[in-house]
Amino acid sequence: MFSYTIRRIGLLIPVLLGMTFIVFMMIRAIPGNPAQLILGQQASKQAIATLTKQLGLDQPWYSQFVHYLTGLFQGDLGMSLKSRTPISEELWPYLAATIELSLVAILIAVVVGVNAGIISAWFQNSWFDYGVMLIALIGVSMPIFWLGLMEQYFVSIKWDLLPTTGRDNIRMPVEAITHLYLLDTLLEGRFDQFIEVVKHLILPGIALGTIPMAIIARMTRSSMLEVMRSDYIRTAKAKGLKMFWVVYKHSLKNAMIPVVTVIGLQTGLLLGGAILTETIFGWPGVGTYIYDAIQSRDYPVIQSGILVVATLFVLINLFVDILYAAIDPRIKY
Amino acid sequence: MKRSLLTALALILVLSLGLAGCKSSSESTGGKGSSSGGGVMIYGRGGDAVGLDPAHETDGESFIVTEQVMETLTGYKKENTDVVPELAKSWKISDGGKKYTFTLEKGVKFQDGTDFNADAVVKNFDRWMNGDAAKFPYYASMFGGYKKDPGHVIKEVKAIDDTTVEFTLKRPQAPFLKNLAMSPFAISSPAAIDKYGDKYGEHPVGTGPFKFKEWKRGDTISVVKNDKYWKKGLPKLDGVTFKVIKDNSSRLNALTKGEVDLIDGVNPSDLDKIKADNKLQIFERPSMNVAYFGFNVEKAPFNKKEVRQAISHLVNKDELIKNFYNGTAEPAATPLPSSIAGQNKDIQDYGYDEAKAKELLKKAGYEKGFKMDLWAMPVSRPYMPNGQKIAEAIQANLAKVGIKANIVTFEWGTYLEKLRKGEAPAFLIGWTGDNGDADNFLYALLDKDTIDSNNYSRYKSEPVHKLLIEAQSTADEGKREELYKKAQEIIHEDAPWVPLVHAKPQLAGTNSIKGFYPHPKGSQSFVDVSMK
Repeated sequence: MFSYTIRRIGLLIPVLLGMTFIVFMMIRAIPGNPAQLILGQQASKQAIATLTKQLGLDQPWYSQFVHYLTGLFQGDLGMSLKSRTPISEELWPYLAATIELSLVAILIAVVVGVNAGIISAWFQNSWFDYGVMLIALIGVSMPIFWLGLMEQYFVSIKWDLLPTTGRDNIRMPVEAITHLYLLDTLLEGRFDQFIEVVKHLILPGIALGTIPMAIIARMTRSSMLEVMRSDYIRTAKAKGLKMFWVVYKHSLKNAMIPVVTVIGLQTGLLLGGAILTETIFGWPGVGTYIYDAIQSRDYPVIQSGILVVATLFVLINLFVDILYAAIDPRIKY
Repeated sequence: MKRSLLTALALILVLSLGLAGCKSSSESTGGKGSSSGGGVMIYGRGGDAVGLDPAHETDGESFIVTEQVMETLTGYKKENTDVVPELAKSWKISDGGKKYTFTLEKGVKFQDGTDFNADAVVKNFDRWMNGDAAKFPYYASMFGGYKKDPGHVIKEVKAIDDTTVEFTLKRPQAPFLKNLAMSPFAISSPAAIDKYGDKYGEHPVGTGPFKFKEWKRGDTISVVKNDKYWKKGLPKLDGVTFKVIKDNSSRLNALTKGEVDLIDGVNPSDLDKIKADNKLQIFERPSMNVAYFGFNVEKAPFNKKEVRQAISHLVNKDELIKNFYNGTAEPAATPLPSSIAGQNKDIQDYGYDEAKAKELLKKAGYEKGFKMDLWAMPVSRPYMPNGQKIAEAIQANLAKVGIKANIVTFEWGTYLEKLRKGEAPAFLIGWTGDNGDADNFLYALLDKDTIDSNNYSRYKSEPVHKLLIEAQSTADEGKREELYKKAQEIIHEDAPWVPLVHAKPQLAGTNSIKGFYPHPKGSQSFVDVSMK
């Protein structure tokens, strides 16, 4: 297991290097001069030329790439062209916001999705089953921005239950320590603020969690159906075990492997793919950070932002692979 | 199993208690109800500031924050761009407009406790004029370059005594006082610049009504009341927090819910909804922009005046305003919006007239029409919310006289670059003014000197050039206005553009906001705004 983990982490390096190279080339293939976009419409030709030179964008691409890589190996993610701040300083608050939101979204998705899938499989071809599968189908194809705005309109404005946007109540802002607000509020012992943060997480969490929830529900259902047809389940039923234990203990454990895989992949996807949710809910996350960087052709931010998200993605999947062995002792690395 | 059920129940109990507790605490810290008319105003907007050293930045989202923290020597009137005193309480112009002597306000202190005086002004200007285009981009555009450049207007800035500072110019510059009023030239505390160095853009310090407090990137920037502000009894608010909510509809939702107090970037289509809500009010920003349909006058068939005039008769501005601006714009007859002194109100617009257009085309020898490329802006700007749709509307009208327009677009940076190089035969674009002077529109966009820069039409007219240059060095405002009016007449006749509209950006706020006037330049200080 240990050597397996090491080997997998070793494999990371060529993967990430290759990805960095592709991203590097791709963003330079799209037209647009960062200097022009930074200085705006009023900028003079000389100003653009001066800034292009200062930013090192007049250098040939390979020397820019080597320069960037050299920095990376020294642990330097580079400097934002636009704000001229080191990316390592800028990135964490955005990343923390996204991690917090993604975890909540995946938590909602797993709790609801797995249970809906299990019950659907348990009562296969019942009205409940049809209902869940229909909702799952709608959930997968739901435009997030629409869902988000509807949530705001009904839940926040009409029924006045939850806040519309943001991470915290701006009128009593959270003091950022780790930038994970759930943790920060607890560290400060501000339970009222903790509740406020939870309230702010619910709507975007649901908006972001809907698609993974639907996917997880469908995956759980089909995986459960397969397991529940197997011999040992028949035996368990035959020996008179309560159906609840048959489903939740004996079947679920064996049906979990594909579900866990999907959960892992979805969590990874949420980290980089939360742009729509972030836009609608005024959430200062990493998706928005990278999206804005693409708009202004802030090359280092795009490169390093994607690199960090990709690394997380790969690490989560590594974690999932290791988890297999814990779920199913028959799997050994 | 039973035990976990109990734990869950206990948790729910605690959570609901917390919820109840929090409701009361948020009411008490809300600040809205305080009697002083103060409280913290939350301003919802679409994007974050890039940096908070105004001299360094070019975007409005940065300026709206720095304007709360720092002040300029001269300022603008509340509703237009006439110059009024700010940190300089009076000034004398001598030597044929080449010498400006400013008397500064006495006893003003920066927020870090250091003195604001003539020395501080000199230090700020020294810093900018010794910079370069990458550091202080606006400085060069407004003052003709940097210290080493031959075009640089300022010869010397000298402190005569503690409260007197003297600017010597190499040649008269008529919009000089307006330039000084621009947000990028706000005076920073020299001590703070020394202290923070490269990081000054994260720790701005000025003489303004609010002190910078905190910046959570991509989320909020907060400024709090400067208790030692030099204007007595101001500011009225305890602070302002700028909150980024990118989506226009969500921002309005947050306003409706009361999470924010004032928002910009209202969708014109949401205006009716806001009007119907008796807790909200609308603020209209006077226009300081122009959207236009330009021709490259060097390229056939647009090198013929008749063709340009014919097309001017084919654009239905009222329809455009109704369909794409929801009525929140004025039709443009000249490049200048009405907020800017010198607009020629006597100019009779071409007006929609197919028959006249056909006649003019016949005269030019294009009776049967022609094929052309029409470039449409790829991004949304206040002056042009949807370039693509406007291009399609124009395309339909051109088709009526046999002109086949093919709509073309590029990525924004490329678009600007190609326009500058004169590659576009006919194009949609616009302009937002910088200093509120006619020069910043007419000279910047239509003088022969600015070909290869912002004169995308490559319009070259000697009489216009003469008038504009004369206006640049004339001190008398009345006389300048006459010169600009004459220039607009010639431009109208030559029709290098079809000026489309002057758009008026819309803001919305809760009814508790008092004393707020959106300034035409796009941002303003909240110094005398209060919340009831």
